Amino acid sequence: MDEFVNLKATELRLGLPGTDNVCEERERVSCNKRTLQGVTENETESSMMKTGTCPPRKAQIVGWPPVRSSRKNIIQTKKNESDSEGGRGVYVKVSMDGAPYLRKIDLSCYKGYKELLKALEIMFNFSVGEYFEREGYKGSDFVPTYEDKDGDWMLIGDVPWEMFVCTCKRLRIMRGSEAKGVGCGV
Amino acid sequence: MSEDDEDQSPASDLRSQRPCSPNKSRNCISSSQTFPDHVLENVLENVLQFLDSRCDRNAASLVCKLWWKVEGLTRSEVFIGNCYALSPARLTQRFKRVRSLLLKGKPRFADFNLMPADWGANFAPWVSTMAKAYPWLEKVDLKRMFVTDDDLALLAESFPGFKELILVCCEGFGTSGIAVVANKCRKLKVLDLIESDVTDDEVDWVSCFPEDVTCLESLAFDCVEAPINFKALEALVGRSPLLRKLRLNRFVSLEEVHRLLLLGAPQLTSLGTGSFSRGDQSQQEPPDYAAAFRSCKSVVCLSGFRELMPEYLPAILPVCANLTSLNFSYANISPDMFKPIIHNCHKLQIFWALDSICDEGLQAVAATCKELRELRIFPFDPREDTEGPVSELGLQAISEGCRKLESLLYFCQHMTNAALIAMSHNCPELTVFRLCIMGRLRPDHVTGKAMDEGFGAIVKNCKKLTRLAVSGLLTDQAFRYMGEYGKLIRTLSVAFAGDSDMALRHVLEGCPRLQKLEIRDSPFGDVALRSGMHRYYNMRFVWMSACRLTMGCCKDVARAMPNLVVEVIGSDDDDVNRDYVETLYMYRSLDGPRKDAPQFVTIL
Repeated sequence: MDEFVNLKATELRLGLPGTDNVCEERERVSCNKRTLQGVTENETESSMMKTGTCPPRKAQIVGWPPVRSSRKNIIQTKKNESDSEGGRGVYVKVSMDGAPYLRKIDLSCYKGYKELLKALEIMFNFSVGEYFEREGYKGSDFVPTYEDKDGDWMLIGDVPWEMFVCTCKRLRIMRGSEAKGVGCGV
Repeated sequence: MSEDDEDQSPASDLRSQRPCSPNKSRNCISSSQTFPDHVLENVLENVLQFLDSRCDRNAASLVCKLWWKVEGLTRSEVFIGNCYALSPARLTQRFKRVRSLLLKGKPRFADFNLMPADWGANFAPWVSTMAKAYPWLEKVDLKRMFVTDDDLALLAESFPGFKELILVCCEGFGTSGIAVVANKCRKLKVLDLIESDVTDDEVDWVSCFPEDVTCLESLAFDCVEAPINFKALEALVGRSPLLRKLRLNRFVSLEEVHRLLLLGAPQLTSLGTGSFSRGDQSQQEPPDYAAAFRSCKSVVCLSGFRELMPEYLPAILPVCANLTSLNFSYANISPDMFKPIIHNCHKLQIFWALDSICDEGLQAVAATCKELRELRIFPFDPREDTEGPVSELGLQAISEGCRKLESLLYFCQHMTNAALIAMSHNCPELTVFRLCIMGRLRPDHVTGKAMDEGFGAIVKNCKKLTRLAVSGLLTDQAFRYMGEYGKLIRTLSVAFAGDSDMALRHVLEGCPRLQKLEIRDSPFGDVALRSGMHRYYNMRFVWMSACRLTMGCCKDVARAMPNLVVEVIGSDDDDVNRDYVETLYMYRSLDGPRKDAPQFVTIL
């Protein structure tokens, strides 16, 4: 699977417009912890940074000015409407067959498929099995799939990571029987 | 609107938790020579029932053991300012007939990402203990607690008479939890979700309310970031004859609000208008929104405007003359749009807005709103280096026009001492003064001096001041003023201020009523921390992050004060600076350190 090469210029991240804001060491650790426990839509904020290197502490101020994220996000939504599609956070819904609830995650929080799948496994308490380029996922009843912009259901991992992040609309963890015929276009 | 509304009466019920020594009973009426105890108990019960105020009850419970016991039997409303100050078991042991609980969890700085997630403040142990002890529980009001869907389900199942659920700045639950509450709490009067983080579980919770006529009086879901079933909402409003307060989220369009108002406008006293923009029907002729608002004869509180289409704002004009509370803080309104509206709001007492209204808009407020008690101006663009549409000019105008002002929250880029001094003279009723100059360490932008004199004047002249938040360039002198004059201050927020330990010492030694102290990024160290040891048992909490504390000193404090829980919160895994304390959060506790602390919390 592709490793996401962390080029600062193309990196997808959260932050207020025009700033390199909000990446303190501890926030990165928080980010890791959070994704493991399950992420909800509003836990976006500046804490969901995933930059490779942290700018010097002095310039980055977490939680300043002291405005709650619920206020910041609303205003952010308005600004993002005029931004490019990739935007700041790439939020997609994740459902799993048989689970009575949905989750929302921010794809820009992950560096690649490995991280994403690990997070999903923990979030929904299952395992994906091994990925084979031709045959898809083996060794598990669960198959991670996604719906792309064209409305097709694809297997997670088939396309390069950046392309996946751009084209993914929602995720669905299917149970084996339903997953046949998915992502055959490998 | 309850963003950081702190109640006025002093601290928690904690002091009166400890029973009086038996010696004291000598002084009390229950000299068992004259009357048998149980008769006295009955008499006391009947008398104490009339005591409502928390302070009065706390005082009464200290008289003697009997009074302590009877007060515990008759207290129906319990306030717990820090959920870790005591265990749920202690609550149920002391108070036997609780019908209403107000519980607060995380410290306020957690709202600004200064605390990692999963720190705690779980509602679960409280609800499970109360489920067994208080089957008649009617009201739960939580602030900054972590509440799960399971907790809500347990609540809905355990309390058949449950009437009021208020969740302020809470998280951990979703629309599925709300659905269970809606469905099972048949006597529900109040369901208020305020500034909370509610997960979208794609559950149609509005349809889950029972199909008969409901008891609903207040329904607030403006913070819920999920679409709702409007038809179900319409039907719900139609069968809720007692509904007075309705606060819609941004997924409700103007047309839909229009329809709701046609159903039940005359009874509503408080309306959250949702998005205040049109849905997809932009082709059709818009309905007469003004007519719908005209029928809102009782509306005194207006909020919402989450995605405002400004051309429709004039529709609210018919209600402006009656408004006592107006919340525009999610609407990017320019001065030109704003002035015609505010010009009619003569009765306004509470006003929240974005700084997009500019100094010009504030001048208009000052000219019209002579009854103003509370003003909150939030930044549209919350960054440090922007232009800043509001300044000392707006503040000066407000101070001159709104003499009855009691509470202020003001975000700006620039400020002057002169404006603060003026306000301190013009607004003697101020009890809450929170100024956030967004540029850190910014001096008076006219004189170039520190903001010491301005804040000094505030603490000196506003004799009723109980809550203060400071910003800008501040030296130790500002804190000297606080210590000298801030005798009633209960809550103090400090960020990027002060020069040395002396600053904090002034405050700890000079402010006898200080209850809640939150400090970040200020040069206060061990000497300062030690200087407050005589105070910490009388405070609700102390928060210090990114200061200059060492682990050694914190350990000393913990050792010297056994009933103080000293938490050191870190998220760095590196041991390089193990002596440096990233975040200190300490609070008194009757039941020792908590057992649910996550890995990144060290309790000394």
